[in-house]
Amino acid sequence: MRLPEDRVVPGPWPEERAQPSSAGDAANARLDRDSAHQQRRAASDPAAIARLAASMVAPRPPAWRRVLSEVQHFWLLVAFLLVWQAVSVFGTRINPQLDVMLPPPTAVFSAAVELANRHALMPQIVDSLYRVLLAVGTASLIGIPLGLAMGWFPRFRSIVDPLLEFIRPIPPLAWIPLSILWFGIGDTQIVYIIFLAAFFPIVLNSMAGARDVDTYLVRAGQSLGARPGELFATIVLPAALPNIFTGVRVGLGIGWMALVAGELVAAPTGLGYMINNARTIFRSDYILLGMVLIGVLGLLLDFGMRRAALLIMPWHKGQ
Amino acid sequence: MAQVSVRNVSKVHVPHDGAPLLALHEVDFDVERNEFFSIVGPSGCGKTTLLNLLAGFEQPTRGELRVDGELITAPGWERAVVFQEYALFPWYTVSQNIRYGLKRKRCPPAEQDRLIEHYIGLVGLGGFESRYPRELSGGMRQRVSIARALAVNPAILLMDEPFASLDIQTREYMQDELLKIWQREPKTVIFVTHSIDEAIKLSDRIAIMAPRPGRVEEIKVVEFERPRDPTNTAMVRLAAEVKAWMRQQVFTSPAADAL
Repeated sequence: MRLPEDRVVPGPWPEERAQPSSAGDAANARLDRDSAHQQRRAASDPAAIARLAASMVAPRPPAWRRVLSEVQHFWLLVAFLLVWQAVSVFGTRINPQLDVMLPPPTAVFSAAVELANRHALMPQIVDSLYRVLLAVGTASLIGIPLGLAMGWFPRFRSIVDPLLEFIRPIPPLAWIPLSILWFGIGDTQIVYIIFLAAFFPIVLNSMAGARDVDTYLVRAGQSLGARPGELFATIVLPAALPNIFTGVRVGLGIGWMALVAGELVAAPTGLGYMINNARTIFRSDYILLGMVLIGVLGLLLDFGMRRAALLIMPWHKGQ
Repeated sequence: MAQVSVRNVSKVHVPHDGAPLLALHEVDFDVERNEFFSIVGPSGCGKTTLLNLLAGFEQPTRGELRVDGELITAPGWERAVVFQEYALFPWYTVSQNIRYGLKRKRCPPAEQDRLIEHYIGLVGLGGFESRYPRELSGGMRQRVSIARALAVNPAILLMDEPFASLDIQTREYMQDELLKIWQREPKTVIFVTHSIDEAIKLSDRIAIMAPRPGRVEEIKVVEFERPRDPTNTAMVRLAAEVKAWMRQQVFTSPAADAL
């Protein structure tokens, strides 16, 4: 919709001001008049509207200021680390046992440097990541198609659902003893436990995604001539993608926890193994290092998933 | 022979719990080729059910619906639908949405591009080809939806309260645009609405429906010249007459006591 271009805008006109006394003033007066004219024309020009809007608010702060304001949010975390440091350093003077019970952050940091220099840290991280990614990948490969099929074909769902609901309430950790009997101690057994943990959230979310596809989108597809296969690929799958992503994200989170639990019980390598091994030699700095690494890696995995979701679903931004 | 024939159609909805419901009772009418045919009625009169049967989303319990003598058994592009809530695919851009039906028709790519350009121009959305639906206003979304339906060149355009969720100014603008498009590229339009004014403004004929059970009570011919002036005395009188009749239907029918 356009407003009439010659609409009168009330306000001080340049002509009403003091008469220009020199050529320079005359040019300024013309500039003023032009800008008033521009503002009146803004109603029909998107770029001019954007400029007008920008001129009404404070300009965007420079990058370093924005970084600073983000960093401000971390003051409580920094305070926590400082208190932790103070408690362990001064506490050790009162009770020497605290040296082992609660090493300070600086000790955890030097433990990281020490292990890294001995090439003893990276292999643990790589082993743990490999297990989790392999297991969650397999769970996705099986769970996503299964869940989508269950969501899209109600009769298939009614057959498979009782079986899944029978197995689902058993905690993955309860499988550890049996899985050790089956697979022995090693990668396969731990991957199996993570797979069990990640599988159900992936199946259930994919199922919900396919089941709750907007009926009108399906009908729109049908009335535009989509055959059943096309309907599934072009409508059901993209409509379910946000749910599928949620499922894999949740699966990855739960799988990461199952990994550590599995490695704590029985494993030849990995971060869980590192923690448990450190306990037997009273190296609580290694234990804490393992715990911090597990937390940070879990955070990074989740961050990566969210970035991937944005890349794959550009239409889904901000939802 | 009429292009669309609806013969003695009844439809019973069977809810999971509760008694079967007679949504449509012995509906019977024809629609001529290139006619603008509206279906009006209060909510619950079965007008959307009737459109779903014409689209092929549902099957009638009794009776039959035919297009050019062929029984309607499933949805298809010959009867493209424009929905009230647009039903645009959020993961496709404007031009991808319009391309959807053309791809399904196995239309050659060059022809697809030409048709997309043509229909984007027809609904006045030049410059918005690569926007996602969520970046558009309601009126623009509905224009994409109309372009998407027209692009497959359906024999019949089915419209289910297409302008009901738009504001009044946009709605009137869209009505004018739809008429212009329809006059430029004639096509059979079956248009469901609850607005009598809208139906009188647009249609060649209006089927007036009544609820409980849903049925076609009367078919009115609207003979005013287009473009129609809504303040024309004869049109105002016709609208008032139909509205009074409909009020009486809704509030004095025996079942109304049960509401």
